Amino acid sequence: MPTVSMTVNGKAVSGTVEGRTLLVQFLREHLGLTGTHVGCDTSQCGCCTIHLNGKGVKSCAVLALSCEGANIVTIEGLATADKLHPMQEAFREHHGLQCGFCTPGMIMSAVEMVRAKGHDLDEKTIRKQLEGNICRCTGYHNIVRAVQAGAAAMKGA
Amino acid sequence: MFDFTYHRPATLANASTQLANAEHKPLAGGMSLIPSLKFRLNRHAALVDLGAIAELRGIRREGDTLVVGATTPHAEVAGSTLVRQALPALSVLAEGIGDPLVRNRGTIGGSIAHADPAADYPSAVLGLNATVVTQQRSIAAEDFFKGVFETALQPGEIITAVRFPCGPLTQRAGYAKYRQPASRFALVGVFVVQTAAGVRVAVTGAAPSVFRFTAAEAALNKRFDPSALEGVTLDANGLNSDIHASAVYRAHAVVEMAKRAVAAALGQGGSN
Repeated sequence: MPTVSMTVNGKAVSGTVEGRTLLVQFLREHLGLTGTHVGCDTSQCGCCTIHLNGKGVKSCAVLALSCEGANIVTIEGLATADKLHPMQEAFREHHGLQCGFCTPGMIMSAVEMVRAKGHDLDEKTIRKQLEGNICRCTGYHNIVRAVQAGAAAMKGA
Repeated sequence: MFDFTYHRPATLANASTQLANAEHKPLAGGMSLIPSLKFRLNRHAALVDLGAIAELRGIRREGDTLVVGATTPHAEVAGSTLVRQALPALSVLAEGIGDPLVRNRGTIGGSIAHADPAADYPSAVLGLNATVVTQQRSIAAEDFFKGVFETALQPGEIITAVRFPCGPLTQRAGYAKYRQPASRFALVGVFVVQTAAGVRVAVTGAAPSVFRFTAAEAALNKRFDPSALEGVTLDANGLNSDIHASAVYRAHAVVEMAKRAVAAALGQGGSN
């Protein structure tokens, strides 16, 4: 079977995979990084969102072997030893989650959103940019508030 | 999904060699291919990933032609200053495909090779009278789309770029899409272009394949204004009908989206 090497959350990793092994399977099953969730497995819900070379993508629709040499960041890569990432802190502060299943994807998308659209995000922009992430609990209001606050907080971080 | 052998060639020549086998399939962004493999709708002995071939990616302008490399992701087209200057309607279209995460990965070449009847890009390719370039030949938009998930591409043929006429050749263009809210595919999408040679109206989402709405073109050739489409109708016979919209509903929506696309082309707002 082929091997694949990439950088995940700053660490060089490699593993033996099948052609069909998805990036999300590699992250969860080979590396034990189970913060990245599989919700729908049909690339609609966004729970599996990670950053691939700095861009948000759905890791359930990317082959692990396509990521040879890539730089991957997962939800586990955001916080430092004892300090949450400002976007994580904002989700906690603004109660941007209920069951929490979609949260890793929401936060990875939110951080991507700041990269793409800047720190000063209005509600309309946030809702449009979150189209790839589905939450079945919250009704999104608190998520939108959390993203807005997190984006602003990232300016100072 | 069934397992397959994975190839990641660094050059177009190597990709061509690996795709000479009819059991092998090119992989671009994978936003349609990987889900279809998961459903076991398709099975291939090998996938040939085009992602490492640098010459297939990027956007450049050559005089009055905008050249978009086949593996350029939608987000790159949407965010490109070159595209915004040359063909703002193409930028609007790309910004409305799927969601941000899909736009970061999905590619123009993959979209048109897949030829989903509800995909956005085919309407721009046909509307703008673009040329699809492969490693073997150039294919006119009119000859490219053949039916549901069917194109003029031969086995082993790889799209390398899409060449869009721009500048004085394309005076004004607009795109309006009535999107299916869950999938964000086009329930119907209409791309309208005013050129020196006349108006072109290309419709996606409504039929098995993208097509030109000639009655609308005739009306808009007389007067390029949304009101010129009052009373213009599209025959619902042969249009798609599904759980989301009947053929009659789609026929009506096409005319309405055509009006909005004209308004967008005229800078009067509009929707996507």
